Amino acid sequence: MTDVATHRRTGAPRVGESAPRPDGVAKVQGRFAFSSDLFAENLLWGQTIRSPHAHARIIDIDIREALSLPGVHAVLTADDVPGELHYGLEHQDQPVLAADVVRYFGEPVALVAADHPETARRAAAAVVVSYEPLTPLVDSALAAQADPIHPDGNVLRTLTIRHGDLDATAAVVVEGTYEVGMQDQAFMGPESGMALPSADGGVELFVSTQWLHADRRQVAGCLGLPEDMVRITLAGVGGAFGAREDLSLHVHLCLLSQHTGRPVKMVYRRPESFVGHVHRHPARMWYRHHADTDGTLVKVEARLLLDGGAYASSSLAVIANATCFAAGPYRVPHADIEGTVVRTNNPPCGAMRGFGAVQSCFAHEAQMDKLAAALALDPVELRRRNALATGDTLVTGQVITGAAPVAEVIDACASHPLPDLAAVDEQPMMHRPGGAGRTADAHHVRRATGFALGFKNLLFSEGFDDYSSAVCRLENGAVTITCACAEVGQGFVTLAQQIAREELGIDEIVLAPAETATVGSAGSTSASRQSWMSGGAVQAACRAVRGRVLQQVARRRGVALDGLVLRDGIIESLDGSVRVDLADAVDGPIEETAEYHHRPTQPLDENGQGDAHVSFAFAAHRAVVDVDPELGLVRVHDMTTAQDVGRVLNPLQAIGQIEGGTAQGVGLAVMEELIVEDGIIKNRSFTDYLIPTTLDMPTVRIAALIEEPEPDAPFGAKGIGEPPTISSTPAIVAALRAATGLELTRVPVRPQDIALPRS
Amino acid sequence: MRASTDPHGKGVTMDVTAIVNGVERTADVEPRVLLVHWLRDELGLTGTNVGCDTSSCGACTVLIDGRSAKACNLFAVQVDGSDITTIEGLAIDGELHPMQQAFHECHALQCGYCTPGMVMAAVSLIDEYPDLGDRGVRVGLEGNLCRCTGYQNIVHAVLQAAGEQERHP
Repeated sequence: MTDVATHRRTGAPRVGESAPRPDGVAKVQGRFAFSSDLFAENLLWGQTIRSPHAHARIIDIDIREALSLPGVHAVLTADDVPGELHYGLEHQDQPVLAADVVRYFGEPVALVAADHPETARRAAAAVVVSYEPLTPLVDSALAAQADPIHPDGNVLRTLTIRHGDLDATAAVVVEGTYEVGMQDQAFMGPESGMALPSADGGVELFVSTQWLHADRRQVAGCLGLPEDMVRITLAGVGGAFGAREDLSLHVHLCLLSQHTGRPVKMVYRRPESFVGHVHRHPARMWYRHHADTDGTLVKVEARLLLDGGAYASSSLAVIANATCFAAGPYRVPHADIEGTVVRTNNPPCGAMRGFGAVQSCFAHEAQMDKLAAALALDPVELRRRNALATGDTLVTGQVITGAAPVAEVIDACASHPLPDLAAVDEQPMMHRPGGAGRTADAHHVRRATGFALGFKNLLFSEGFDDYSSAVCRLENGAVTITCACAEVGQGFVTLAQQIAREELGIDEIVLAPAETATVGSAGSTSASRQSWMSGGAVQAACRAVRGRVLQQVARRRGVALDGLVLRDGIIESLDGSVRVDLADAVDGPIEETAEYHHRPTQPLDENGQGDAHVSFAFAAHRAVVDVDPELGLVRVHDMTTAQDVGRVLNPLQAIGQIEGGTAQGVGLAVMEELIVEDGIIKNRSFTDYLIPTTLDMPTVRIAALIEEPEPDAPFGAKGIGEPPTISSTPAIVAALRAATGLELTRVPVRPQDIALPRS
Repeated sequence: MRASTDPHGKGVTMDVTAIVNGVERTADVEPRVLLVHWLRDELGLTGTNVGCDTSSCGACTVLIDGRSAKACNLFAVQVDGSDITTIEGLAIDGELHPMQQAFHECHALQCGYCTPGMVMAAVSLIDEYPDLGDRGVRVGLEGNLCRCTGYQNIVHAVLQAAGEQERHP
């Protein structure tokens, strides 16, 4: 043990600083290995045979010709699934491979493994599946009464919120019906992965995903293997946004690998990706708001209908969010809200950034503007008068105990100076609605602003025992953190290093690969939860290591434990008798494992009442748009936002999340929709499913990151990823309404909705 | 051009000779093989990603004789005699190209899947038009999609790298 002579101030960024991504250099050099880059000797390529029908009975599957092709090593059907025939995130209802009936367009029916991807595709085309087409159930409004398309019935969940006096009314009543189309997560890296047989008869899977341990549970069940014989390692993820929370090719790869005894790789192409993952639920929503003449909200009535598509996925939690947050971030003493999610033969829907809150925010914000118009009140002022604050009660009866700086969020966003935009006729053509294409005439263009406010829960809700695990190991002065948190681009890897540095004062923090064998579950990279949950687990593991180091030093040096502090990698005693570098303080390695749980929540009762959520985050957006009403063309010029973030752990990353989340809200507002006709997705490519480009995206201006620390959260930091996607869409549509005078009750707003409005 | 008896049923093949990241590569490829597949599958240059298969996303952008091109939109045989730079060839002696450095410093990436293509497109853009402002960069990169960042930090990075290039031509 050597005492250090000089005080060392370590230089690497800590919590609160803009640390660069540890994977950033590899990513800018093309050295970061995505799941599509995996390779193994003796590799086979998998291909999925999918249903061309939205609903059909399978009469026969003839694999003989496919199997006879040179280079084909396996053709598998439902008969070859050795374990559970169904999987599911919450509800085990989705077949690994369809056996008797297919319930959506693109449902997997059979699998092929061959020694070359083209051979696999040819073999897939040679599998002859005979179908008897059935009439697809595609109208969500008819689902509850229609013949069940699944043995579990068509209504996945109905949640009713009855709060206060259901007969209450008030002087001003506004009513409206709203719709949200089906949005795709459209991550850039299509689904891919590789499975290898392991020596013990189990399987090793490398895959891009959001929740390794939930994958393992489902994969092991379907393979009929104990969980410890399935080892899943996170492969480089090209974005997620909810689309990787459910299984896609996971079981398929493992089945093929187990069957052939060889490594098998699969890479979806973009058209297959569009049918290979869940989407954002389309919604139909009826609302009636009651308010006093001064704008005080009295009652909100709402009926929400979400189309869950063929299988449950996370629909039960999505409808809970849509329903719980249906009244918006406002004080509403009386509420009568019912949300239902149904099964149809449309593509399955599940998690996407914002998770249910996106749909109802579009509706409640349209209602707030309608109410403001009826009251002749400024829309921002109406929101301010009704804004939730700490201590207020939600329509679920839950009292907000944490930070709720809603008024601050509103004021910061609304008072931010408007952008300095050139007059329309002074702008280059490219800046006008339509840009380089059908460009608007300057004298037709109308400019307007719109404002919206949104919120949602952070972390998992309704009594789910949510936790994350992390291991901290100190050896020879270096720290290794092991956590199964899926890094999907959000930057947890950066935060984990910052947190470990903060707690231990060591610059060099190594992150072990995220995998299932060496550490417990980190939970899902969703619900804006990983900075809090896995951040909390990393913090707790580091603190446990620190505690043991201090104990050892206290014992060896004969000083009181409570007189020792660890700061910047140096252990010092208050009396100055001890001063030792952490690297030299202990002999052998010290390893501690921590499991971090958030405080428990409750299920909702039969009236939708209960403390179901841990925490809430709020955001506001103000949009400035130019519209050509004759051509229906739109240009979003500016998005200004303020967000309740608790505390900023990494400013660069926080702002990056807000800019990116806002972009996805811009997409939903004016361009993104999966066109589904008779259950068939018609636009399965980036040629036809358009996401915002550099030219579609306006500048995003951060008016304020409101830092009111969240009492329960590590470092007081709230999750940041989802709120920007919630309030951005309704702000743009509010601006479009202001510019055109049209009701615009549906997103995305298409050119024909503006140019050729239905009367 | 000649017939071959490849086990995967390769038909007619052609010789392709190209300089790839400074090294001459010669191969016998079918005329239908896309450049991106040749780079990834035959040369092992997996930094160039495939995002869409329809030349919409730009994840596969590389430089051909210094100009950016989408490698999913060309056949390998079309680059015969050309000088190809992929993302792996951009850093010189391990030192990041100013554009790579700027993307890293400006947090111009999250998942990073679009990054190699975006960086290559930006290198070519700034090489051709060193004085672009925010709008010019946006026009120049419209063919490269990113789903994570909202593009703002990408634009910052490109402008930063352009400034860097200005100072150290």
